Amino acid sequence: MNFSNLFSQFGELTVTGLAQGAIIALFALGYTLVYGVLRLINFAHSEVFTVGAFTAVLTWGAFGLDQDSRTPGLGGFVGYLLIGLLVAAAASAATAVVIELVAYRPLRRRNAPPLAFLITAIGASIAISEFVGVLTHRNNKGVPRLLTQEPVFRIADGRVTNLQILIVVVALAMMIGLDFFINRTRLGRGIRAVSQNPDSAALMGVNKNRVISLVFLLGGLMAGVAAIMYLLKIGNVRYDNGLYLGVEAFSAAVLGGIGNLRGALLGGFVLGVFENYVSGLFGTQWHSVGAFVLLVVLLMFRPTGLLGESLGRARA
Amino acid sequence: MTTTADTPQTPEATAPSQGKPGGGLRGRLDSLPKPVRWAVLALLVAGAYLLPYAADVPVLGPQLVTEGIDWASALFNVSYFVLLALGLNVVVGFAGLLDLGYVGFYAVGAYTVALLASGDSVFGTKWTWLATIPIAIAIALFSGLILGWPTLRLRGDYLAIVTLGFAEIIRITADSTPDFLRGDQGFTGIPHPPGTFSDGTPVFGVRDATPYFWLGVTIIIIVVLALRNLERSRVGRSWLAIREDEEAAEVMGVRTVKYKLWAFAIGACVGGLGGVLFAGQNGFVNSAMFQLQLSILVLAGVVMGGSGNMAGAILGGALISYIPDRLRGTQILDRDAYEYRYLLFGVIIILIMIFRPQGLIPSRRRALELKDRAREVAPQ
Repeated sequence: MNFSNLFSQFGELTVTGLAQGAIIALFALGYTLVYGVLRLINFAHSEVFTVGAFTAVLTWGAFGLDQDSRTPGLGGFVGYLLIGLLVAAAASAATAVVIELVAYRPLRRRNAPPLAFLITAIGASIAISEFVGVLTHRNNKGVPRLLTQEPVFRIADGRVTNLQILIVVVALAMMIGLDFFINRTRLGRGIRAVSQNPDSAALMGVNKNRVISLVFLLGGLMAGVAAIMYLLKIGNVRYDNGLYLGVEAFSAAVLGGIGNLRGALLGGFVLGVFENYVSGLFGTQWHSVGAFVLLVVLLMFRPTGLLGESLGRARA
Repeated sequence: MTTTADTPQTPEATAPSQGKPGGGLRGRLDSLPKPVRWAVLALLVAGAYLLPYAADVPVLGPQLVTEGIDWASALFNVSYFVLLALGLNVVVGFAGLLDLGYVGFYAVGAYTVALLASGDSVFGTKWTWLATIPIAIAIALFSGLILGWPTLRLRGDYLAIVTLGFAEIIRITADSTPDFLRGDQGFTGIPHPPGTFSDGTPVFGVRDATPYFWLGVTIIIIVVLALRNLERSRVGRSWLAIREDEEAAEVMGVRTVKYKLWAFAIGACVGGLGGVLFAGQNGFVNSAMFQLQLSILVLAGVVMGGSGNMAGAILGGALISYIPDRLRGTQILDRDAYEYRYLLFGVIIILIMIFRPQGLIPSRRRALELKDRAREVAPQ
């Protein structure tokens, strides 16, 4: 235990934790949306993230960017970032919808027990991540440096870099957009209706299957954006990164109250910061242990998470 | 609505199929008199013990035997995977709890042996392999209770993620404590099981894995007998009730948390035993052997074989070990086919769940449950 390390870097750890938490929160939205509607832990959501990340790296590669290429100027950065975001979000959303169609829909039609869904989700997760692993020879893939990270201002002793600001702003913007969509639009009302009571919603004329596809699509979009933020922040990616980050994201969703959009946001930030404190205290290799312990302790004392669960009452 | 799913049901589809023996091989086996059934079983067991000599069987033998790894080692791998599948089957198949961190218990068993018996251990006890077994099983059981006690009160689906976390914590701890669990470096010189031939050479040597396979088969038989009795006891019936409907079971007076803990602890024991067996043969244990994917591989075995049925678990456990080993040495796209094993079984899990959710050798009761649910489905 290294308390002096924790206290001397407290501000720094908090700031980097918030940036990490923003990525986790975006990723967690996918779990929370699907859980809210289907009551299913979509384990394959982690691979939705992985596919988005690798598609973006490949696309940038097609533009002649690799990890050794020179950092582009501001215009180039914005252009490449937008391309990356579009491609990753599209690939992730497509992956999520395909998983739903291929793996889950046949089970739903047969009213399979919940365990069957969960096992299928794990099968899908491992199949896709291993497929990517085999394609990439299980190597780390370097990401082009699109942005020179430099501190913009300081809070207490913590330097805040331009990249961290970008990550938090993009994540918040995506979440506000999603929140608006769920709470204020007609399609969003359909989602809330199905999550409250699928059968009644179907009787009222909501197309359940279309709503479920839409939910997977939205979760995929968020995961794609999270993937780009992750690439910018970490600078390389491996086939199993999504798997491990996915576990953290799911923990964040449970932490905030699964099924609750704002809960996922809060859970992501809390988890990101907490993990960083654990890293500061015990060493970086222990950070995911911190996440699991936090999850178990929270589930023991408050099984519905910090903000309580329910997508139907997302206004809470 | 383009399809009409609700076609009138045929009398065969709605008639209750309980009571009469089903068709197929198993139905025929069940209708045989008891002595004949025992004889068939005895033949199967004898066949299992004779498997190391399969290479000598004309025509069929060479097809069966693995090429990239020696046959006895491949058989030994089969034996501990079967043991793991049997243990996980108690948790997933009997009690219906999804445990994604089953490798954690396997690691606990293997590391206990390593800590107590290896010369590299900080304890320096250097026990024999045999002496470590009770301790290893006790610690695996204890870890099952420690994990189960807080988590089994939770909703079923949270359990999956918490158990996954448990296995990861064990792996990370092993990775990050170079002085205690020795990370990548691992423990060397773990003693083999005892016993020597009359000429002084040890029965359980380094070269030939055949005796280990026989030991594995013997342990499997003991475990199967124990689990079979357990399944038909009050405990087994409680598991079944919990699996079919936990709330109804609770209302009928089944102490659900207690029996779920039982399932967890017994599963953990069998997993720990698998780790003990593995450590005794391999002589070396390190943190890289307990990856997350291994848990999922074992789960694939249980599901593929037919969860809830021990014959299915044995078949599934054997297949997840045998198929990759048989493929070893075959090149697919410039790489050893063994590399593709997790990909292969990931796809198999999905296909099984969609097309044959009851598994290859289904548990009859489980198959009925699935059929019941399918009948209840609302027309889409």
